[in-house]
Amino acid sequence: MVFAGSIPLLFFLVLLMLLFQSRLALFTFGPWFFLSSAWNPVKSQYGALPFIYGTVVSSLLALLIAAPLGVGCAIYLSEVSTSRSKEWIATMVDLLAAIPSVVFGLWGIFVLGPVFGLSMMSAGVLLAIMILPTITAISREVLQAVPGTLRESARALGATKWETIRLSVLPPAASGIIGSIVLGLGRALGETMAVTMVIGNRPQISGSLLAPAYSLSAVLANEFAEASSDLNFSVMVEIGLILLIITVLVNGLARLLVWKMVSNSRIQ
Amino acid sequence: MENGQQQSYSIRKFKEKAFLALVFAAALLAVVPLISLLGFVVYKGIGALNLDFFLHTPVPVGEKGGGMANAIVGTLMIVGLGCLFSLPIGLLGGLWLAEWGKGKRGFLIRYTVDVMSGFPTIIFGMFAYVLFVLTMRRFSALAGGFALALVMLPYITKTTEEMVKMVPRTLKESALALGIPEWKVMLFVVLRTAWSGIFTGIMLAVARAAGETAPLLFTAFNNQYWNLQLDQPTASMTVQIYNYAISPFEEWNRMAWAGSLALVAIILAITLVVRKYSKRVVYG
Repeated sequence: MVFAGSIPLLFFLVLLMLLFQSRLALFTFGPWFFLSSAWNPVKSQYGALPFIYGTVVSSLLALLIAAPLGVGCAIYLSEVSTSRSKEWIATMVDLLAAIPSVVFGLWGIFVLGPVFGLSMMSAGVLLAIMILPTITAISREVLQAVPGTLRESARALGATKWETIRLSVLPPAASGIIGSIVLGLGRALGETMAVTMVIGNRPQISGSLLAPAYSLSAVLANEFAEASSDLNFSVMVEIGLILLIITVLVNGLARLLVWKMVSNSRIQ
Repeated sequence: MENGQQQSYSIRKFKEKAFLALVFAAALLAVVPLISLLGFVVYKGIGALNLDFFLHTPVPVGEKGGGMANAIVGTLMIVGLGCLFSLPIGLLGGLWLAEWGKGKRGFLIRYTVDVMSGFPTIIFGMFAYVLFVLTMRRFSALAGGFALALVMLPYITKTTEEMVKMVPRTLKESALALGIPEWKVMLFVVLRTAWSGIFTGIMLAVARAAGETAPLLFTAFNNQYWNLQLDQPTASMTVQIYNYAISPFEEWNRMAWAGSLALVAIILAITLVVRKYSKRVVYG
């Protein structure tokens, strides 16, 4: 009990530490911190808006690419393919999850860089690749949890494969698939090194996806240890706090969606 | 009438074909990134990966040779420390969850473990920075190890719980019936039976930790020289690769590719072996 209980304890210690260390910034700027886009540590101007914008937009971009691809791949693996090649595809997508993010970043600099520049677009594409295994693997697990009788009855009524999947497989799997996508979003929001290496690291809000941007995690990676004053340090911790709160909310929601789906079907 | 039915059937057939083609394309497209990534890492890295790489420390720009020997040892050191911190809590915590964690408390702990595995890992680095670096007033392998322990903890806890749950009840009951105290049954019967499964989980956690960069940036920091002391800044393969990757020098970029090749080879080897012996997946 003591050891198991120490895990939630660590969880709350991390939260408390972030709150405590960021108190100076919280009291100094209040809610303006979220609305200001001025960033100049030398002049003590701090606004988190460009970073929040960069994190949210790059993650949504990743989702836009990875969600159809991942769910499509999961449908292929679970519903369509009967050949032995599917285990190969599943293994290769899974192995993608084992590649260190700094290696993704290196690949991104030299392969995506020449195409999109160091920009929001590069970050989005790279993040899409990184969250693809999460979406594919969990969607596949959820699809496999759908009882086979549902498929068989639709097929027996003369439905084509596409109609079977659309009418009797996807509806019961929907919440779990959405959960897997949200889980992927959580991954993308918190990813640090790969984003830092390709996003261009310029604190601006630009309408163009090909312009350099900055993210919450990237500014932490670059500037946290270089904080020059108490206020600067406290601002960096508050950025960490924002990042943590966003990812924990997104992750918590996703876990509930996936859990509900997978445990329900196992009872059936 | 008959014509209309036929047409609608052919439309339905066409829709099916289009759908099958789309999901097949998605599956094909999904394997492209891994092939491209591995291809680049091998192609660009193999040239700079020689004996020097494993035996020497980094050299300044312009000098020939040099390697990542100190970073390889540093990564081993930091990951080892991570295991040291996370194993007791993870193993016993997972055991508790499997054996006694049925009620509300169990649910709460399981949920925090799951959510913690989705934390941005750089947050663990910040936590370790405040706890260790600010108090000791210097970067250290110890701080890096602590940060990595927090990365590994959720994985180890979850695997232990799953594996312990698979130990047959009868085994436990017969041991208890022989009059062996419960704690001994847990440690020497239950944990031992589940050990091979737990071990694969630990290896996956180690592979993940060895590939982490963000938690080490401001905890273990970096070091151009040999260091075996736990309270000193220590090089790691990932941070070294990062520094080389973002540098403007071609010589250093080549070293980044070589380092990536070595790191990816180790991590994929661990992952593939683990997958061969158990059906565990790596996405956490």
